[in-house]
Amino acid sequence: MIDFTLPALGADMTEGKLLEWKVKPGDAVRRGQVVAVVDTSKAAVDVEIWQDGTVAQLLVRPGETVPVGTPMARLLAPGELPVARSRVSPAARQRAATLGIALESIAGSGPEGAVTLEDVERTAAAAATPAAAVASVPAGTGVGKVADMRAAIGAAMSRSKREIPHYYLAESVPMRRAQEWLETFNAGRPLPERLLMAVLPIKAVALALRKFPELNGFYRNGAFEAGKGIHVGVAIALRQGGLVAPALHDAADKPLAVIMQELSDLVQRARSASLRSSELADATVTVTNLGDQGVESVFGVIYPPQVALVGLGRVSLRPWAEEGVVRAVPVMQATLSADHRVSDGHRGALFLNEVRERLQHPETL
Amino acid sequence: MKISYREALREALRDALASDPRVFLMGEDVGRYGGSYAVSKGLLEAFGPERVRDTPLSELGFVGAGVGAALGGMRPIVEVMTVNFSLLAMDQIVNGAAALRHMSGGQLHVPLVIRMATGAGRQLAAQHSHSFEGWYAHVPGLRVLAPATIADARGMLEPALACPDPVILFEHVRLYNLEGELGDDPSAWRCDIRSAAMRRAGDAVTIIAYGGGLLRALEAADQLAGEGIEAEVIDLRVLRPLDTPTLLGSVRKTHRAVVVDEGWKSGSLSAEIVARLMEGAFYDLDAPVGRVCSEEVPMPYALPLEEAALPQPGKIVAAVRTLLGKT
Amino acid sequence: MSLGPVPYDKTSSQALLADMLRIRRLEEAAAEWYGAGKIRGYLHLYIGEEAVAAGAMPCFHEGDDVVATYREHGHALMRGVPMNAIMAEMFGKALGCSRGRGGSMHLFDAGRRFFGGNAIVGGGLPLAVGLALAAQLQHEARVVACFFGEGAVAEGAFHESMNLAALWKLPVLFCCENNLYAMGTALARSESQTDLCVKAESYQVPALRADGMDVVSVRETTQQALARMRAGGGPAFVEYRTYRFRAHSMFDPELYRDRKEVEAWKERGPIHTFSARLKAEGKLTEEEFLALDARAMAEVAAAVAFADAAPFEPVSELGRDVVAQEEP
Repeated sequence: MIDFTLPALGADMTEGKLLEWKVKPGDAVRRGQVVAVVDTSKAAVDVEIWQDGTVAQLLVRPGETVPVGTPMARLLAPGELPVARSRVSPAARQRAATLGIALESIAGSGPEGAVTLEDVERTAAAAATPAAAVASVPAGTGVGKVADMRAAIGAAMSRSKREIPHYYLAESVPMRRAQEWLETFNAGRPLPERLLMAVLPIKAVALALRKFPELNGFYRNGAFEAGKGIHVGVAIALRQGGLVAPALHDAADKPLAVIMQELSDLVQRARSASLRSSELADATVTVTNLGDQGVESVFGVIYPPQVALVGLGRVSLRPWAEEGVVRAVPVMQATLSADHRVSDGHRGALFLNEVRERLQHPETL
Repeated sequence: MKISYREALREALRDALASDPRVFLMGEDVGRYGGSYAVSKGLLEAFGPERVRDTPLSELGFVGAGVGAALGGMRPIVEVMTVNFSLLAMDQIVNGAAALRHMSGGQLHVPLVIRMATGAGRQLAAQHSHSFEGWYAHVPGLRVLAPATIADARGMLEPALACPDPVILFEHVRLYNLEGELGDDPSAWRCDIRSAAMRRAGDAVTIIAYGGGLLRALEAADQLAGEGIEAEVIDLRVLRPLDTPTLLGSVRKTHRAVVVDEGWKSGSLSAEIVARLMEGAFYDLDAPVGRVCSEEVPMPYALPLEEAALPQPGKIVAAVRTLLGKT
Repeated sequence: MSLGPVPYDKTSSQALLADMLRIRRLEEAAAEWYGAGKIRGYLHLYIGEEAVAAGAMPCFHEGDDVVATYREHGHALMRGVPMNAIMAEMFGKALGCSRGRGGSMHLFDAGRRFFGGNAIVGGGLPLAVGLALAAQLQHEARVVACFFGEGAVAEGAFHESMNLAALWKLPVLFCCENNLYAMGTALARSESQTDLCVKAESYQVPALRADGMDVVSVRETTQQALARMRAGGGPAFVEYRTYRFRAHSMFDPELYRDRKEVEAWKERGPIHTFSARLKAEGKLTEEEFLALDARAMAEVAAAVAFADAAPFEPVSELGRDVVAQEEP
């Protein structure tokens, strides 16, 4: 299915008025064909389409004014068969509307793939739903939006605490080598290419998870499903309150520079509410870093249906015995909250050790 | 005390005959024969042939006479051997008993109880095995009951006789030999004839059943529990008027429902229940409402065919699994 | 056909005549107001058959039960149901004897033990059997008058009811109004045995035959049957040979009978033949006849005015009287 959206026909164009359709449902269209005439407030412009397809549905009627980016028509891609209306149970539809969740992002588990109430709840919990809530609530309802997000987070976290038997571990990680390596790496690089300390533990966690797949994935329908990739959800606080934890896809496979770039992009887009649905649904584990806020350690609540959350505290100088001598060393508290239905403390401890060791060899990250 | 469904019905009849001189029992072979399903066995000896009255094979005649006797101040209990035979008397029930109150502008009423056996499961084939409860439940002016437990078999007759309107009481043939514990105190069976009853609590799906279907629904629920699916089982008890609030309340909790009805699907009581769930709980439903009904054939004789034609626990389990997307 | 002397005094005789006139005028008004659109549905008129209701109904006691058919205006009137309530019912009004729920075919009066107004041919017979069974079980002396047309004898209900009543010796007087046509089907075209008394007798129910065009014959025969019944003799059957002068209902084009036949029966009309006899016997003057007729017409005019002015039942009351208000 292809959405034909109102293009920006000039830098200052924010909306347009449809004057005329040149096609009707059932028409085949070719790339470059004029399909509509739109008034941009400066002129009536012939609007072309840039994909081949067949018109399935006209969504905007002549005379309507819509913002740039609004889907105006829906087309079937060449070879695509018309699909039935997506199956969503009435209860799920109602609940999704209440939570402000886009139904398209939900995979259905009901009869014939229908989205069920439980699917909606699970999606709400998995993504903690803030971005979806932000995205779906119209501007100008800020108070309601924040309240909705708080309700969604509340629902997800309540479910987590109700259903997931958490266990918690903490480990002090010396960060001297990481700091030294980072300083060397950043020295002489222009600002946009420099790394922040935050990306090192993310990469370390991602790499460590390769050895501990039971901490990476989902607990669904009474069973653990190992994550198909290592997609690290990065908790990002939003200015208006609330948080979102979009996925940094395949973090273990990406160089630190790419992680840095993607992290910046995610933070920016999370705060402007333009995350992609896949980023909200895919995270297989969460890393939350409250070090910037100055706390020493954080024991987080797992985002269902994930099974683990790694908490990172502030890096601070501490007396540290190294090679028999007590020194002042930068140390960071790394914690693990994990789902006891899937793993236990022994493996969790080994995992934290692995993270610690990885951070002692920053050059290998 | 252990008692059978049949004995429970009989004791209820005995109480009614003993406590109200207006009450009499009439029907084919209710007296000397003891009732074709032996429900009234021994009552002739206790109450005499006037009050335990054998009738000729005249369903239209003696059911109509029951209507007339009710109009004349009596409290007749008319037994019709099976629901199939009641079709011969349907005119008197539907055009007469059910309509008289309204047709007379509220001047007349018909305090009549008609008992009849219903349902299949005894290899009695296509003229003794059907479930036409839904046809009667279609008719305004009637109250239709389906006792599915020993307690209801014992308890429903008293309020039915107290009801100023015609009441049809369906006894499922598979239940007559059912045995269970029932206390001696009337509080063990005293009941109303307006509400459905939750027979098993659950949160995953609501199974709505009545009469002979209840045991099968409970059996299915036990099986589902083994799979971690907790089904709530609602016994309709009263087929008209339907206790819609109870049904909606359960479905609002479970978000799914399967209706078990030994009638045929087309134009059935199950269809009515599904429609009410759509009207009252559409936005609470998480899956289409399922139905397990009799196959649309006249009931066959041969055992494997009869069993295949009827709602069975396995079919109920399968219907529930389908609703949960677990097929 | 020669009719014998009238065995009643002047007052009783004039009362019988007055009743027949009341029925006749009521039915004529019903036809008139049907034409005016005030009465709808099926309307079955009793014109020509007045002697049966007028002669038979007064033979029953106040405590007896009456079950009638859809051609029952005359029976209801003879039972004492006020003409106002009958006409208002036909007009569909809230003050009708069935609150506008029944119409012409379903007149009821529980207080007068008038159990309708049954529009299923033969449907009233089992009901009458049950009413009689109640009377028997209650050891009460009341009997049940059960009216039905000859068409009903083809129904199973007739045979089942005759059998039950005879078997249980129930006090039902089966009053068969044989007007020769079941709607448009002549008796001989629907029955292998056209002697209805034979059918009754085959159930061991004593059967009598009355000239339904002669109010005297009707009355005498009914009394005779009732006397036996009240002495504890079980059911009885009376065939009233009668004829309806009007079509079966207002929809009937009367394709099935010869106008000459109708005219011949009209010669035997119960009202004018009875009047003539009374006049011949000095029990009625033309002035008295006109006065009786004027009184009947005045009663009917008042009933029409009453019915027309009466309110319809508010639609908000539609759902009442389906079942008892109180939940059991």
